[in-house]
Amino acid sequence: MDKRIATLAEAVAGIEDGAVVMIGGFGGSGAPIELIHALIDRFIATGSPKNLTVVNNNAGNGHVGLAALIEQGMVAKLICSFPRSADPKVFTELYLAGKIALELVPQGTLAERIRAGGAGIPAFYTPTSYGTDLAQGKPVEEFDGRPYVRERWLKADVALIKAELGDHHGNLTFRMAARNFNPLMAMAAARTIAQVSHAVEPGGIEPEQVITPGIFVQGIVEVPAPAQEEALNRANAHYPEVTA
Amino acid sequence: MTSKLSNAQIAWRAAQDIADGAYVNLGIGFPEMVAKFQPPGREAVFHTENGVLGFGEAPAPGTEDWDLINAGKKAITLKPGAAFFHHADSFAMVRGGHLDVAILGAYQVAETGDLANWSTGPKGVPAVGGAMDLVHGAKRVAVITDHVTKDGKPKLLQACTLPLTGVGCVTRVYTSLAVIDIEDGHFVLREKLPALSFDDLQAVTGATLHLDGAVADLITPEL
Repeated sequence: MDKRIATLAEAVAGIEDGAVVMIGGFGGSGAPIELIHALIDRFIATGSPKNLTVVNNNAGNGHVGLAALIEQGMVAKLICSFPRSADPKVFTELYLAGKIALELVPQGTLAERIRAGGAGIPAFYTPTSYGTDLAQGKPVEEFDGRPYVRERWLKADVALIKAELGDHHGNLTFRMAARNFNPLMAMAAARTIAQVSHAVEPGGIEPEQVITPGIFVQGIVEVPAPAQEEALNRANAHYPEVTA
Repeated sequence: MTSKLSNAQIAWRAAQDIADGAYVNLGIGFPEMVAKFQPPGREAVFHTENGVLGFGEAPAPGTEDWDLINAGKKAITLKPGAAFFHHADSFAMVRGGHLDVAILGAYQVAETGDLANWSTGPKGVPAVGGAMDLVHGAKRVAVITDHVTKDGKPKLLQACTLPLTGVGCVTRVYTSLAVIDIEDGHFVLREKLPALSFDDLQAVTGATLHLDGAVADLITPEL
């Protein structure tokens, strides 16, 4: 078994127009910038994929990573909890112009919907959002005297995630708080592609240290020394690079 | 009214109620200040929604590691005994009743315990983050806030007029003038600034203040 993919371009080749794509990360931590940029390269070269539904906690920051994907017009709908950032201009302008749809989901509900999608649980009840605008139209049921809101699972065609170590079986570890949504999205997508900072042989990760077991991962692509969104934004980077 | 507490003094007062060993979530912004005023000899463990327990101060500028951030996406450091976990576990800690205290900001709080702190109305891009999750599950959900809005209107009301974050969730409010519990759908006054009369406090509060025994003086250090 060897789930390695040689290039970023091959890693994103199978993503079709209209796909639901989960993208890991919380802000820049755990965001698979290089995979996102490879997807942008493919769109610029071929016009595809477009009309994507993207699931992420945020709506990108600046003009790199998820913000750059949105800026290209590749995203028809965003499912997220907090579409604001230090520089949310790209999403904000498209949203206010009615050119991108937004499904706003409380952060914990978003995480649990993704987890449920990966765990085969089609719906669950949560106290979160009861009595608020975000519960409108959702079924409510009482358990032990308290009201709870029913929420649906969330699944994806593809998850693009970022990990620290990945072995050829797809077992993954994550660096510090870059874990965030990545293990959940790996479970919830039909096809999960992980960019890993270090690819290792099977046995290169202690079984006790594996955070995402390889059964949830279909491909890994090694990206040594990946870029960090915060550093790119401090340098006012754009993707693709703006040429004068 | 001659004086009110500064934000730092409100945060100091809220910090005095955090017990040794408590697991605590502090909302983004003003509530983060509470961590600075932990009483000596007490150790609380701070939780942040993106998946860290046991974080400490911000790192020195230039030494940030952007894989080590809090829910406000600010760089943090770790204390000995810290732990990382994924987002579903993080919100299991929140909704599952494992946190002892959540301390949040507020636009409005109702005497029923309803809280409005995520949206000021339909304009612009809506964003909720973890606000609606945090109001459920912590054993105590406290609010720290100025007693009135910038233009002097009450923030403590019979019913919130802004979009709700949660229903019947707040248990205590620390304001720039008073400490008020929410019990059985009433504001119960526990402490007030000594120079402030009950009537003056009532006049800037949008719902009836109830009394349950003596009202203590709200005294804080100069901060």
